[in-house]
Formats: sequence, C-alpha cells, structure tokens
Amino acid sequence: MFEPKNLYRQIKYDLLFRKLATSMGALVIFLVVATFFTLVYESWPAIKAFGLRFLWNTTWDPVSLEFGALPFLVGTLITSFLALLIATPFALAGAIFLGELAPPKIANPVSFVMELLAGIPSVIYGLWALFYLVPLVRAFELKIGAPPYGLGLFTASLVLAIMILPYALSVARDVIKLVPQDLKEAAYGLGATRWETIRHIVLPYARSGILAGIVLALGRALGETMAVTMVIGNRSAMPQSIWDLANTMASVIANEFTEATEDVHLAALVEIGLLLFVITVVVNLVARIFIVKTKVR
Amino acid sequence: MKIKNPIFTTEDLCAYYGDFMAIKHVTVKIPEKQVTAVMGPSGCGKTTFIRCLNRLHELTPGARITGKIFLRDQDILQMDPIIVRRKVGMVFQRPNPFPTMTIYENVLAGYKLLGIRLPKKEADRIVEEALKKAALWDEVKDVLHRRGTFLSGGQQQRLCIARALAVKPEVLLMDEPTSALDPKATLQIENLIVELKQTVTIIIVTHNMPQAGRISDYTAFFYLGELIEFGPTAEVFTNPKDPRTEEYLTGKFS
Ligand SMILES: Nc1ncnc2c1ncn2[C@@H]1O[C@H](COP(=O)(O)OP(=O)(O)O)[C@@H](O)[C@H]1O
Ligand SMILES: [Mg+2]
Repeated sequence: MFEPKNLYRQIKYDLLFRKLATSMGALVIFLVVATFFTLVYESWPAIKAFGLRFLWNTTWDPVSLEFGALPFLVGTLITSFLALLIATPFALAGAIFLGELAPPKIANPVSFVMELLAGIPSVIYGLWALFYLVPLVRAFELKIGAPPYGLGLFTASLVLAIMILPYALSVARDVIKLVPQDLKEAAYGLGATRWETIRHIVLPYARSGILAGIVLALGRALGETMAVTMVIGNRSAMPQSIWDLANTMASVIANEFTEATEDVHLAALVEIGLLLFVITVVVNLVARIFIVKTKVR
Repeated sequence: MKIKNPIFTTEDLCAYYGDFMAIKHVTVKIPEKQVTAVMGPSGCGKTTFIRCLNRLHELTPGARITGKIFLRDQDILQMDPIIVRRKVGMVFQRPNPFPTMTIYENVLAGYKLLGIRLPKKEADRIVEEALKKAALWDEVKDVLHRRGTFLSGGQQQRLCIARALAVKPEVLLMDEPTSALDPKATLQIENLIVELKQTVTIIIVTHNMPQAGRISDYTAFFYLGELIEFGPTAEVFTNPKDPRTEEYLTGKFS
C-alpha cells in the first residue's frame, strides 16, 4: 500500500543519485581540463624558450638543447593517414561482408574474432611486427632499391593499419546493419542486384556512420604508442620518404622521457604531449559530430 | 470460371519459409489490365503470395518456391529475377522512398540502380510522366530536387508508385498500400488505382473490404495458405461459394 515514509526515502535517494551522477560528470570534465593545464604548466619552459617556432622547427637536438616538433608532427600525420589509407578499403569491404552479405553463421564468429583482435595489447602487435613484418618490408625495400632498414614509417603505418582495422570495421558494420530492410527490398523490387543495392542504397545511407568510424580509428592511430615505437626506428630528424626511420609524437615521448635530464628537454617532450592531446581531442570531436549527424537522420 | 487473357498463371504454387508451408498448392489465372484484390485473414499468406510473383520471396533466408508461375507464357521461375522484377513492380505496406535521394532521383531510381544513364530530356520526361500517372506531379513539381522525406505519408506512397511506374512494369503488386495512410490519402490512392488499370495490371492486397469492393474487378480469397475462392468481386462478395469466405465477409473472423 501507499506509504508516504517510503516515498520520501525514495525521493531522497533519487536526489542523492542525481547529485552523484552530476558530480561524476563534472569530475570527468575536470580531469580533461586539469590534464590540459598540467601539460601546459609542465611544458612552460619549452613554450617560453621556443615559442611558436617549436611547431615548424625541424631540429630536435637534446645535446645543443634545440627543440622543434615538426619531424614528429610529420611522422604522426604520415603514419596515421597512411594507416587509414591502407585500412579503409579493407574495413569497408569487411563491413559490407559482415553487415550485409555473410549469413549469421559466418558473420558472428568472424565478428567475435575481430573483437578479440581489438583487445590484444599493442606491445604484442609490436613484437609480431618486429618478427614478421620487418623482414618482409626489408625484402620489399631491397627489391625496389630503398634503404633496407625494415623499420620505419611504412612499417609503422602497416602495423597501425592492422591495429585500427577492427575499430573502423566494426563501426561500419554496425551502421550498415542499421540500414532498413524495406529500403533494400524496394531496390530489389526495382530489379537491382545485390551489389547495385549496396552501392546505391546501403552505402549512401550508412555514409556518415562509416566516416565516423574512420575518424574514430584515426584518433586511435594518432595516439598509438608502443607498437609504433617498436618498429619506427626512432630517428629524430625530418623524414625524407616513407622508407625512412622516423619518430611519431607518441614514440619520441616514450623513447626519450626516461632519459631526459635537462628541464627544457623534458618540457619540450611534454609540449609534444600537449600538441598530441589537442589533436586527438579535435579528431574525436569531429567523429562525434559525424555520429550525431547520423543519428538525426 | 474462364479468364481469357491471364497475365499471371500459377500452377500448384507452394511457398515455404524453411519447413513451414505458407502458400499451399495455389492454381489461379489473374486477368490482364484488371484490378485483382487479394484478401483473407491476417497471416493467411497474402504478402507471401504476391512476393512470389516478382520473386522477392526468395530473398528471405530459407525461403523457396515449388510449382510454376507464368507471366503470360514465360515461366518466371526459370527467368533472371532481375528481369522479372522490372516487369512486375511492387509497392510496399509502409511508404519507403529512398531517404538519400531527391524526389526526382527517387522516381528515376529504377534506372540509376541499374546504372542506366538517361539524357536529361528523357529523364525529365520520364519523371514528369511517372509523377503525373501517380497523381503527384502538381504537388511536387516545384520541389523535385528536395529530399522526399518531408512529404506526407500519402505523398510518399504515391512517390513510391511513381518510382515503380517509371520503369514501365506490366504488373504492379501492392501490399496493403493504404494501411498506413489516413482516409483522404487512401481515397486518392484508390482513385489512382482505378486510373492505372488502363495501362497496368494491378494485384492489391487489402484488409479493407469496402476498398476491395470499390476498386477491384476480381477477388482472391486466401485462408491458411490456400486459395479458397477466386472470381469477379461482385460475385464473390454477394454469392461466395466457400462458407469460410462468407464467414470472413460477414466479419466472423478477420
Ligand atoms: N520471414 C518469415 N519467416 C517465417 N515465417 C514467415 C515469414 N514471413 C511470414 N511468415 C509466415 O507465413 C505466413 C503467411 O504470412 P504473410 O504472407 O505475411 O501473411 P499475410 O500477409 O496474409 O498477413 C504466416 O503464418 C507468417 O507467420
Ligand atoms: Mg501481409
């Protein structure tokens, strides 16, 4: 029966819960802002010393204490976009296969294995790449007359492509699955083949969701550290070709952070972290906007 | 009963979902350039039956067909389903214009999907003709290049009719095309159907008895997957041969 006492208690709990949820939300925002300001604070000596020139200076010399971030910016952008370029066709083909063509008997186990792949620690990818990819790339480089390091930008991009594939693929598969059956039937009813239906109905409908998946994958590629550090060759100079040894923003931090003894060296590394932080936040925001746009339609 | 010029002839047609037999041994001749209503209680196989006629049935995993279906004298089960579906168009229960296309593109979807490129003049002509046939031209002629999704339900359904007519089918299958529409939009579509039978054979599934009475020339009655009655609508309605038809007509079940 109706008991006012109980009701009051429920209202009290309800209020309490609301407060708890609100403060958790506030805490998350606080953490992001605090991270940002910590990075700014810790990198202040470098910001003061190098100013905006830090962004386009190509010299990174811990001995003469001259620091510029451009080689790493370039390294990160090249590896990430190359990885995206390699991964996207596979992601799209795989998503069409799993979301539209394959019967559940095949699609479900394949999707399961793919989710497992996404959960493998990146150091394992790095090891695998060292033992398997590096010799392959070296053989290829010998054939085309490039310097046969085996390591370098191209190898790092390949590893990254493999690592981000499950993310881009599963997002794309999910949006392809959301395409209403009655639209596909309408297309078949007009005499379209399966491929024509996919190309003219399914993909346009799922387009913004697929893009969101790709941008999300880009966000991961930008920040991926361990596997890249293991295969990129760790050379802090401007790369001249995709066969060069190089560094990304994440890999140079991972490599030099423990050895940095000078304050300004440490601060320069943190400033690179700050740049990376800003870039990933922007990329994730862009992905969010795509997702919101998909939902509205 | 004699049907002189049947456009569809089925012989011992059976349709299955896995092991479940949804259409049982249907033998019927459907007359050309007439409106045939397909009626019967919910779940009796009306949708399944018309989806056999353009081979959409086989898209359902595990679904299959036995028996014969002739379109005039061609066995459609031996034909390429793509050719069958271009000759036998379909309008669905819920209006389903393509949301990624404009009104203009929707009408031409049957060409675009198949990669057929039309000269602009020809395309304009087809769009205008199809929209006029679907009694939608006057309402949309100024917004042809906007998405079709802002149209009302009835307008969307007429857009779907225009889309189906644009590829010049011989038969138009309609699966309860007005069940999601208000009475005014329903009436518009009913009038349209009567107009259309000059040029195209119409097979329409309907739950609505007065509607079948108003627009159809022939009526087919299904019951639990069997065709229990077929004949001129007036005859079937006033003098049904099967007691189950009579029960349905008098509202004993629905
Ligand atoms: N995709 C399907 N899988 C299995 N059974 C189905 C499927 N679609 C319809 N059926 C069954 O087939 C029978 C006929 O369905 P349907 O043709 O949709 O009937 P109606 O259109 O007359 O309401 C029903 O018993 C229904 O449950
Ligand atoms: Mg039905």
